[in-house]
Amino acid sequence: MKAIPAPRRAPLLSRLLLKRRGVLPGFGLSMGITVVYLSLIVLIPLATIFLKTSTIGWSRFWEIVLSPRSIAAYELSFGASFAAALINAVFGVLLAWVLSRYRFPGRGLVDALVDLPFALPTAVAGIALTGIYASKGWLGRWLVQIGIDAAFSRLGVVIALVFVGLPFVVRTVQPVLEDIDLDQEEAAATLGATRFQTFRRVTLPALWPAVITGFTLAFARALGEYGSVVFISGNMPMKTEITPLLIMTKLEQYDYAGATAIAVVMLTISFALLLVVNRLQAWSGRRVSR
Amino acid sequence: MSTPRRAGNDPPWVRRILIALSLIFLSLFLFLPLIAVFIEALRDGVSAYFMAITAPDTLSAIRLTLLSTCIAVPLNVVFGVAAAWAITRFDFRGKSLLITLIDLPVAVSPVIAGMIYVLLFGAQGVFGPLLAAHDIKIIFAVPGIALATTFVTFPFVARELIPFMQAQGSEEEEAALVLGASGWQMFTRVTLPNIKWGLLYGTVLCTARAMGEFGAVSVVSGHIRGETNTVPLHVEVLYNEYHFAAAFSVASILVALSLVTLTLKKLIEWRGLVARKTAADLEGEPGGTPIAELAGGEQETSLRPVERGSTVPI
Amino acid sequence: MSSFLSPALVALALVLAGCGKSQPAAEGAPIQLLNVSYDPTRELYEEENAAFAKAWLAKTGQTVTIKQSHAGSGKQARSVIDGLSADVVTLALAWDIDAVTRAGWIAPGWQTKLPNNSAPYTSTIVFLVRKGNPKGIKDWDDLGRPGASVITPNPKTGGGARWNYLGAWGFALAQPGGTEALAKELVGKIYKNVPVLDSGARGATTTFVERGIGDVLITWENEALLAVNQLKAGAFEIVTPKLSILAEPPVAVVDKVVDKRGSRAVAQAYLEFLYTEAGQRLVGKHFYRPRLPAVAKEFEKQFPAVELFTVEKLGGWEALHKTHFADGAIFDQIYQVGK
Repeated sequence: MKAIPAPRRAPLLSRLLLKRRGVLPGFGLSMGITVVYLSLIVLIPLATIFLKTSTIGWSRFWEIVLSPRSIAAYELSFGASFAAALINAVFGVLLAWVLSRYRFPGRGLVDALVDLPFALPTAVAGIALTGIYASKGWLGRWLVQIGIDAAFSRLGVVIALVFVGLPFVVRTVQPVLEDIDLDQEEAAATLGATRFQTFRRVTLPALWPAVITGFTLAFARALGEYGSVVFISGNMPMKTEITPLLIMTKLEQYDYAGATAIAVVMLTISFALLLVVNRLQAWSGRRVSR
Repeated sequence: MSTPRRAGNDPPWVRRILIALSLIFLSLFLFLPLIAVFIEALRDGVSAYFMAITAPDTLSAIRLTLLSTCIAVPLNVVFGVAAAWAITRFDFRGKSLLITLIDLPVAVSPVIAGMIYVLLFGAQGVFGPLLAAHDIKIIFAVPGIALATTFVTFPFVARELIPFMQAQGSEEEEAALVLGASGWQMFTRVTLPNIKWGLLYGTVLCTARAMGEFGAVSVVSGHIRGETNTVPLHVEVLYNEYHFAAAFSVASILVALSLVTLTLKKLIEWRGLVARKTAADLEGEPGGTPIAELAGGEQETSLRPVERGSTVPI
Repeated sequence: MSSFLSPALVALALVLAGCGKSQPAAEGAPIQLLNVSYDPTRELYEEENAAFAKAWLAKTGQTVTIKQSHAGSGKQARSVIDGLSADVVTLALAWDIDAVTRAGWIAPGWQTKLPNNSAPYTSTIVFLVRKGNPKGIKDWDDLGRPGASVITPNPKTGGGARWNYLGAWGFALAQPGGTEALAKELVGKIYKNVPVLDSGARGATTTFVERGIGDVLITWENEALLAVNQLKAGAFEIVTPKLSILAEPPVAVVDKVVDKRGSRAVAQAYLEFLYTEAGQRLVGKHFYRPRLPAVAKEFEKQFPAVELFTVEKLGGWEALHKTHFADGAIFDQIYQVGK
């Protein structure tokens, strides 16, 4: 039988960070790998953006970041991402409902395909969507006849962003829907509520946290999207130029500082959104009934 | 995905309308683009299709894509396991900050992802003169592409493993230690086998994303034909040379890859569900949380700071 | 904390393991060159490279492989500045090569090192319209008409796009009573008619030809000829304006790179090959206007007579960049008035 080893003082890192001493080993090693890798691949490279931006001084920074063209780009990026996330929220709930409550032929296939936007490269999505929605495309030709310009317009941007954000709400709502206790719904039915009333008053409130989480994730994803939008958008400054494209354009004009200035804005907002999602999930963790 | 509940009290007409609506939505945004790629790819005929996907430039693009994927994915797997271990088995200050930072690459635009490496390793960048002096090429060469790919797929494995390992709890590992296993033995004989489905799942996702990345790689690539073009970039090159059928043909490789990824995902979910159910039945537990809920709670679900020992639904 | 160091070392080792080190070329050993070029020259250099490799092998017994990279001219210049190891750059305008020079990669005075301002061929800017010219586009001012849909790329990112822009500007100035204000007005009207702003010449051609957008494409003469002869024969017509701009896409050896790689002799010979009869014939074949008088005569019928003005006449690239293409300059202003 092995002798119980004498307790030794925990390494410095563990003493500083750990709130509770457990039995499991490997804190130092795993934290070491994590922090070093994170710094090398993510933090230090991201820091160069702030470094580069700092070379131009505050006044020039605000000048670039608040220029009319930048503002137009933010408006488009935020507006289109919001619209796309909203569409995905509505249809995401619908899809999750249909997939988890109903049986129909091909359900498994549809369920698997919902993840397609995630697995498909953005550039391929871009050319495919453009092909369909351009004025000579399969759908575009009908839309043009009723006066809708789907590709090369803000609508085109929204279409591409709906595509990339499609799986998010579905996949956050589905597990919750599946886990929900049907007792409450059945009780509501017994008390005389219609299906729609039941949905609105019993089911939906339980889904809210998941819906909002999915919405925010779809929103954050859409904000940064480049590959698919750049084919379908038309890229007109002040009209259909998304923020990542503005960064690209500035880069191609040797305006590194300008590009990094806008990147700083985008990074800050992305980070803030992530924090929001974190909080939301902590909140939803406490709210969802088991 | 667990089996759906019984349809309940929804009248058939409601069901049909909702299903129809969903399918229309999916068609507009999902099915049509999918079909379009294959139709455009075959527009010039089947032999042209095969010529396009076996052309030397295409093959070297495939090689480059595979190479950068084979660098990025293992690195991210090692990181993912380490991070998941630290986060789910220990309680420490700054855990939620760490989780948010790990999530950051997913929210960063690919253009920025590429740009940061140019800023670091480009000739005008922080390390530019140093690299030039030693004649080391990072940007516009394979290492730069691998780096950009690694960045973009950074959190995938970690994010899959974390809820997975959280739900599992550490009882088995602690038991192993009590029985006299060393740290390493505990890890290889208890932890790894337990997490294998989550790990596999995360690896599949990470690989799919790595192969399809466009924006970030486009910034660092240099677009040298036959050398620094990955498959997505090569699609763009062909498109720009008016070889549209060829562009869609090569794109169809990527589509086929995505479909394979989705199939693998489903398979893993199903196998994992079966394995989990069997284990639960054997132990007489009131059925553990189905893997599908954990793993199917999509890649993009952000991580949460969770107290050790409690399980939280996604 | 050794647990910190080992992962760091592993990561670093992995990164370095993949880096390529280039060796200076030994005499006679097979050598590789990288030609960083602009968008539309893909087909031209495919043939030029094969021809040069054959000629060089016959002359020196050395095997040379030339790799190509194509993208918008400005983007390519940025890549070279950031370290893309180009042995030669063959870009759309001298301004982009000047930028590479300013960053220290090329020795100043590059433009005099080869004949004809280092531009082995010229081109000009013309209009591509649908068959039958339904909108009746004849000249630059027709592009500004309400109801005409014009496709042209973004002059801030595409080289050809700048020639397009300056073509319109120069035309307006050359009209009787032409002033800067009138030129600005015409250019403004033209860009207001643009539904899609691609980043480079190829993107614009694809939009017009393949996607069927727009009534007229302002483009390089060589792109227009390519579209008419090869892409969709019979679907388009070329309208050559009476007055257009002389586009001189220059070439240069990237001194810093060739000296390090020891490829100067081959790179220089490669660029000089473009001026030889064989090289010039390929130039003409791909719809660029050859410089060599003998060869130019052979391709006379392909190129209509156009009155041409130069960039120098408009003030030179430096001044033009400041006035038109810099941040907040005239091109930006066009987009700001009533978006």
